[in-house]
Amino acid sequence: MARKLPMYKAIAEAIAQEMERDENVFVMGEDIGAYGGIFGATNGLLEKFGPERVRDTPISESAFIGAALGAASKGMRPIVELMFVDFFGVAMDQIYNHIAKAHYMSGGQVRMPIVITTAIGGGYSDAAQHSQCLYGLFAHVPGLKIVIPSNSYDAKGLMISSIRDDNPVMYFFHKGLMGLGWMPSPDEAAVEVPEEPYTVPIGEAKVVREGDDVTIATVSRMVYEALWAAEELEKDGISAEVIDLRTLVPLDKETLVNSVRKTGRLLVVDEDYMSYGMSGEIIATVVERIGNELRALPRRIAYPDIPVPYSRVLERFVLPDKEKIVKTVKDMVG
Amino acid sequence: MGVEEIPKETLLEIYRTMHKIRTYEETLAKWYYEGKSPRFDISAGPIPGELHLSSGQESAAVGVCVHLKDEDAVMGTHRAHHFAIAKGVDLKKMTAEIFGKATGLSGGKGGHMHLFDAAKNFSCSGIVGASFPQAVGVGIAAKLKGEDYVAVAVGGDGAANQGTFHEALNLAALWKLPVIFLIEDNGWAISVPKDKSTAVAKNSERAKAYGIPGVSVDGADVIAVYEVAKEAVERARRGEGPSLIEVRTYRLRGHFEGDPQLYRPKEDFELAKEKDPLANFRKLLLEKGIATEEELARIEEENEREVREAIDFALNSLYPEPEEALKGVFAGGE
Repeated sequence: MARKLPMYKAIAEAIAQEMERDENVFVMGEDIGAYGGIFGATNGLLEKFGPERVRDTPISESAFIGAALGAASKGMRPIVELMFVDFFGVAMDQIYNHIAKAHYMSGGQVRMPIVITTAIGGGYSDAAQHSQCLYGLFAHVPGLKIVIPSNSYDAKGLMISSIRDDNPVMYFFHKGLMGLGWMPSPDEAAVEVPEEPYTVPIGEAKVVREGDDVTIATVSRMVYEALWAAEELEKDGISAEVIDLRTLVPLDKETLVNSVRKTGRLLVVDEDYMSYGMSGEIIATVVERIGNELRALPRRIAYPDIPVPYSRVLERFVLPDKEKIVKTVKDMVG
Repeated sequence: MGVEEIPKETLLEIYRTMHKIRTYEETLAKWYYEGKSPRFDISAGPIPGELHLSSGQESAAVGVCVHLKDEDAVMGTHRAHHFAIAKGVDLKKMTAEIFGKATGLSGGKGGHMHLFDAAKNFSCSGIVGASFPQAVGVGIAAKLKGEDYVAVAVGGDGAANQGTFHEALNLAALWKLPVIFLIEDNGWAISVPKDKSTAVAKNSERAKAYGIPGVSVDGADVIAVYEVAKEAVERARRGEGPSLIEVRTYRLRGHFEGDPQLYRPKEDFELAKEKDPLANFRKLLLEKGIATEEELARIEEENEREVREAIDFALNSLYPEPEEALKGVFAGGE
C-alpha cells in the first residue's frame, strides 16, 4: 500500500527494511541514534535495532568513515552519515583515496558496499560552511556512485539500491526536500511511497515533465524550480522538458541525449558551484554527442563561484531559481 | 589565590562581561523567534539560519579572555558569541552581522557562525575541531616574529575527538608554541553525551600524552577559570609552550535554537541551573561584600542599554546590495 511520506521518513523506512532483510547492514554517524539524524534520515532506527546496529559516533568523521571500509572488508554493509556534506574535509582521505579506490587497487579482491549519506543545499541562511552541495566534487573521483533523489519515492527506492550495491555510494539529500518541521520543503517532494521494499535503479534519469522546445536537466531541489519555471513558460507557449538526473555517476546519457535531440535546446540548472562541475559535464556530454543537432547554444544556471553568503538578500540573489530559469529559457527560445 | 586577591575593578569587569553576554544571548533568542511563528521556519524572521547560544558557558570565555590583549588570538567554534564579546568584538557590528546587514562585521557574508574581527584577532568557524591547528599557526607566527602574543583555540568536548585536536596538540607541544587549547565541555555533542563519545573522563588527561600541562576546572566558578587561565597565558607568554584547559560547563539552552532536546535528561537541565556561573558569581560578589546590589544593578542596566542599542543598530541598518554577493572571493580585486 502506498501512502504519502516526507523524504526523511522514506529514507528511514528504506534503511529499516534493509536492516531487517540483511543483518550485515548497520548505521553509524553523529546524532543518528537518539536524535534520529539531524535531518531525520535515521528516524526510529535506534528503537527498532538497538545501539549495536545504530551507532552514535563521536565527532570523528575520519575514524568512523574509515571504519566503514574495515567493516565492509569483512562483509558488512555500513551506512555512514556525514551530517553536512560541508564537513567532508576531515574524512576526505578515507573517502577518495581508500573507499573509492579499494576495489580497483585490489584488482577486484575487495568490495566496498558502503553508503555515505549526507545533507546538501542552502537557501536558509546557514552560510558558507553549512550550505554547499559539492556532489560535483565527489562525482569527479572515480569509484564513487553519486545518488541525489528529489522526492520520497525515489529516495526510498534509491536508498535500497544503494544499500544493495556492492560499490560505495554517496547518497545526497537536500535539507530543503526532507519535509522537516523546521525547514520548508516543496509539497511535491512528499509523494506516495509503497510500504513494501522496492528499488529505483542507480543510473536512470527520469523525464519528470515532457516538452518540445527545451530540455532542462537538473537534480535535487532544482527539479522543482525547473518544474515551476516550466509551468510559467507554458503560459508563453514555450514547452519545456524537465529531466531529473537522479544519479550523476553513473550518468544516464541516453535519456539526456534523447531529450535534447528532441527539443534541440539544453539548459542545465545546478545548485552546486558552476566551474568544473556538473553543469559543464552535462553540457559536454551532450555537445560531444549531438552538438551539431542543437538549435541554440547550451546554457547553464549554476551557483556562482563564490562561497555561500549568510545574509538572505545576498543568498537569494545568487541561488538558482524559477525566475532565472524562465528568463534564460526565454532568451534561448526567443 | 582567591577572589580577595583580584582587584575589585577586574572582578566587576568580569561580572559586567558575563552579564552582558547573558543579556545579549537572551535578547537575541527573543529576536530569533520573531517571524518564526506560528510555524517554526529556520529561514524566516530577522535572524535566519541556525543560532547556537552560549548561555551558561560565559565563565569559559570571560575567565580566559580577561587575560588577553587585542594582539592575542581567539579562535572560536560555531557557538562563539560569548568569546566574541569577551574578546571585545564590537557588539553593534556583530549584531548587524547576525541580522545579515551591510553594517555587520563582514557585511552580511559571514553570519552567526562566521564572525571575524581582525582588529581584535577574533574568528570562529562552523566546522568542529577547525580551530586547533589554526591556533598552532598563530603560535608559529609569534615565535617567528619574536612577539609575545598567544593563541586560544576553543573547542567543545566533541571537538576533542577530532584528529585535528591531537595533531595540533602534538605540534604545539613539539614546537613549544604559545597556544592554549581550551576545551569547553558542556557534556553534549549535540545529542551524544560525553560518556558515549569520549574514552577518557576528562579531556585534560589527554595533555599527558603530549607532555604539556592539562587542567580541568569547574565552569560554575569563574574565578577558578580565571586562575587556571592566568597561569596558562603567563606560561605561554614566557615561551614555555602550550597548555590544555578543560572548562566543565552546562548549556542552559539547546544545541541550537529550536532543538527539542528530547535526548537530554531532566537532571541535566537542573544541573545547568545549579551550575549557572553568572548567578553564582553575582551571589559571591554580594556575599563577600565586593559589590553592592546597587553597583551590580547599575552594571546590569548599562548592559541592557548597550544590548538594546546593538539590536537597534542592526534593525535600523540596511541590507547589503544583492550584487555584493559576487564580490570579495579573492583579495586584491573583485
